[in-house]
Amino acid sequence: MYCQTVQVADQSEFQGGYRLLTLDAPDIAPEVSPGQFVHVRIPHMEESVLRRPFSVYRTEGPQLQILYKGVGKGTRTMTYLRAGDELSLIGPLGNGFPAPQPGHFPVLVAGGYGMAALYLLARSAPQPGIAFFGGRSAPDILCVDEFESLGWEVRMTTQDGTRGRAGIVTDEIDDWWAVRSDSQPLEVYACGPNAMLEAVARRAMERDWQAWVSVDRNMGCGVGACLTCVLKVKQPDGEWAWKRSCKEGPVFDCRDILWEED
Amino acid sequence: MPNLSVQLGPLTLPTPVLVASGTFGYGPEYAELIDLNQLGGIVVKGIALHPTKGNPTPRTAEVASGLLNAIGLPNPGAEGFIQEYMPFLRQYTVPVIVNIWGKTVAEYVDVARRFDTVEGVHALELNVSCPNIKEGSAMFGTCMDSFRAVVAAVRAATALPLIVKLAPNVSDIKEFARAAEAEGADAISLINSVPAMAIDVETRKPKLANVTGGLTGPAIRPFAVKLVWEAAQAVTIPIIGIGGISKAEDALEFIIAGASAVAVGTASFTEPRTVLQVTDGIAEYLERHGLESVDSLRGSLNTGSDAAVDTDSETN
Ligand SMILES: Cc1cc2nc3c(=O)[nH]c(=O)nc-3n(C[C@H](O)[C@H](O)[C@H](O)COP(=O)(O)OP(=O)(O)OC[C@H]3O[C@@H](n4cnc5c(N)ncnc54)[C@H](O)[C@@H]3O)c2cc1C
Ligand SMILES: Cc1cc2nc3c(=O)[nH]c(=O)nc-3n(C[C@H](O)[C@H](O)[C@H](O)COP(=O)(O)O)c2cc1C
Ligand code: FES
Repeated sequence: MYCQTVQVADQSEFQGGYRLLTLDAPDIAPEVSPGQFVHVRIPHMEESVLRRPFSVYRTEGPQLQILYKGVGKGTRTMTYLRAGDELSLIGPLGNGFPAPQPGHFPVLVAGGYGMAALYLLARSAPQPGIAFFGGRSAPDILCVDEFESLGWEVRMTTQDGTRGRAGIVTDEIDDWWAVRSDSQPLEVYACGPNAMLEAVARRAMERDWQAWVSVDRNMGCGVGACLTCVLKVKQPDGEWAWKRSCKEGPVFDCRDILWEED
Repeated sequence: MPNLSVQLGPLTLPTPVLVASGTFGYGPEYAELIDLNQLGGIVVKGIALHPTKGNPTPRTAEVASGLLNAIGLPNPGAEGFIQEYMPFLRQYTVPVIVNIWGKTVAEYVDVARRFDTVEGVHALELNVSCPNIKEGSAMFGTCMDSFRAVVAAVRAATALPLIVKLAPNVSDIKEFARAAEAEGADAISLINSVPAMAIDVETRKPKLANVTGGLTGPAIRPFAVKLVWEAAQAVTIPIIGIGGISKAEDALEFIIAGASAVAVGTASFTEPRTVLQVTDGIAEYLERHGLESVDSLRGSLNTGSDAAVDTDSETN
C-alpha cells in the first residue's frame, strides 16, 4: 500500500458517460491484483474531506487505468483532469478476488463499472470463460471487445433491448445454466449494483456455485480505520459481525454476506 | 532545531501532534503509510469493557468542509483490544493513549481499571462526549453532576495519566474544564464532534442511519479554537486542542489560543500524512520565529491593548 502523488497520463471519453483516466503510478500499478481499488484525492475539491474509491480497470507496466462515470461532485470534478495534472492516490487497497483455479469454469457477472472491475480477473484467468453484462441501455455495456479479445464469450442484456437480450442479466444466466452440459464446477465473480449481486448470490447458493461478489459501500478512510464501509457478515457461531469492505472486502464469498439486511 | 517535546502533566509527548481517537483506528491501519514513531501519540478508537457493534449504515456523510459521522463506537472490548492490538503497539515507542467509554459510571471504572496494569498504555482519554450513543456517554459530557461523578470515579480507579475529553455542546466550557481539573484530570482535550444532521431533500431521509451525528473537519475549527481559548483561561492543566486541523497553521492557532498539544482527526482520511506535515510545519514556524519550544508559543494570543478579552462577554 502506498500513498503517493501520481501524474495523469491521459483522460478520454469512453462511452455511455464513462471516462477513461490513465495514471502514471509506477509503484502502485505493478502491485494491483484483480478486484483491488485505489482511493483518489480529487484535486480542486478543497471543501471535500473524503477521497473517492475506484476499481482499477487495467494496468500496463507503470500505468493504471480507471473507468468512471460522473455521478456526483467528485466524479464530475475529475472530468477536468488533464495530462500532467497531479493527484494523490492510496493503493492498492482491498482484498481483491481469489485467483480462478484451473479445472473450474470462470463466470463473470457485471453491471456498471463492474465490467471494468472484472477486466484484470479475466486477463489473469487460466482459461477464458463466460461473461454476463447487464445495463439499462446499449451505452451502459462496456468493454465487450476487450473481453472478447481475451477469448471470453460475452452475453449482454439491456433493460430496453437496445443491445443483446431485452431483460435483466439473471434472465440470461438462467437460460445459459438450463442448457449447460459441461460438468466443470463454476467459479462466479460478480461486481455491479446490489440488486444484481444479491440475485446472483441467491442463485449461487441454490445451485451450489462458488461465488464472490465485490460490494460497493460508501467509504471514508479506505484503509480500515474509520468503520464507515461496513457490511454484515455471517459468523461461524450463527451470529453476524460488521466487516470492513475496504479491508476484509470489497470481495466477499456470497454465502458469508447477510443479504436480508440490504 | 526547536524542542518539539511537550509535557502533559505526567505524560511526555515526543511531539505536540497526536492523532485523534476514532480517526486512526488502533495503529496498524496507517502503519504501512507512515512511521508511527514520528507521532506525538496515538489515541486509539474508543474502547468499552465489552465488545460493541456500533450503528447501522450509512454511518458517515460528507458535508461542506466537514464530515458527519454516527459510527456508534464499535470496538472489540478491552480484552479484545489488549490481545489483538497491544502486541503490535508495543513494538513502537510512540505513546499510546486509550480512549475509553461506558454506559454507566461503573462501566467507566471497570474499563479504566482494566488498563491500569497493561504494559504499553501511556494514558487514558475519558470520552464523555460521543454524540452517537443513545445512553450514557453524551449525557456524561453535558450534565455537570454526571460529569463530575464519572471523572472522580475514573480518577480514583487509575494511576495512569488521565485526559478528559470535553463535549463542545455545553453552555459554558469553562465550567466543565474547571470541574475536570478539580476532580483530578491531568489534562483536558477538546473538542469532540459537534452534534449535527443532514437531510437528503429528494428522499427526505436523513443522510445518516442514526439520523443525527457529529460534525468534524475544517468546518468546526473556529468553534473549537474559541472553546480551547476559553478553557485555557479557566484551568492550569494542559489542553489538547482538536477540531478541523489539516495544516500547521491550524495547529498553531490552537497553541496560540492556549493548547499544549493538538490532535489531527478527519484530515487523516483526506491525507494520511497530515499529522507529519503539521509536525514539520510547527517546527519550521518555531525556528522561523526564534522560539525554543512549543511552550514558549502557548497561550501567546496577542489581543492588543484595547481588544476585548473578557471570555464571559457575549458576541453580537
Ligand atoms: C470499492 C469501490 C470501487 C468503485 N469503483 C468504481 C469504478 O471503477 N468506477 C466508477 O465509476 N465508480 C466506482 N465506484 C463508485 C465511486 O466511488 C462513486 O461513484 C464516487 O465515490 C461518487 O463520488 P461523487 O463525489 O461523484 O458523488 P457524491 O454523491 O457527490 O459523493 C458524496 C459522498 O458519497 C460517497 N459516495 C457516493 N456514492 C458512492 C458510491 N457509490 N460508492 C462509494 N462512495 C460513494 C462519496 O465518497 C462521497 O463521500 C466504486 C466504489 C467502491 C466502493
Ligand atoms: C469517524 C470518527 C470517529 C470518531 N470516534 C471517536 C471515538 O471513538 N472517541 C472519541 O473520543 N472521539 C471520536 N471522534 C472524534 C475525534 O476524535 C475528534 O474529536 C473530532 O473528529 C474533531 O477533530 P477533527 O475535526 O480533526 O476530525 C471520532 C471522529 C470521527 C470523524
Ligand atoms: S472506509 Fe474507513 S474503514 Fe473502510
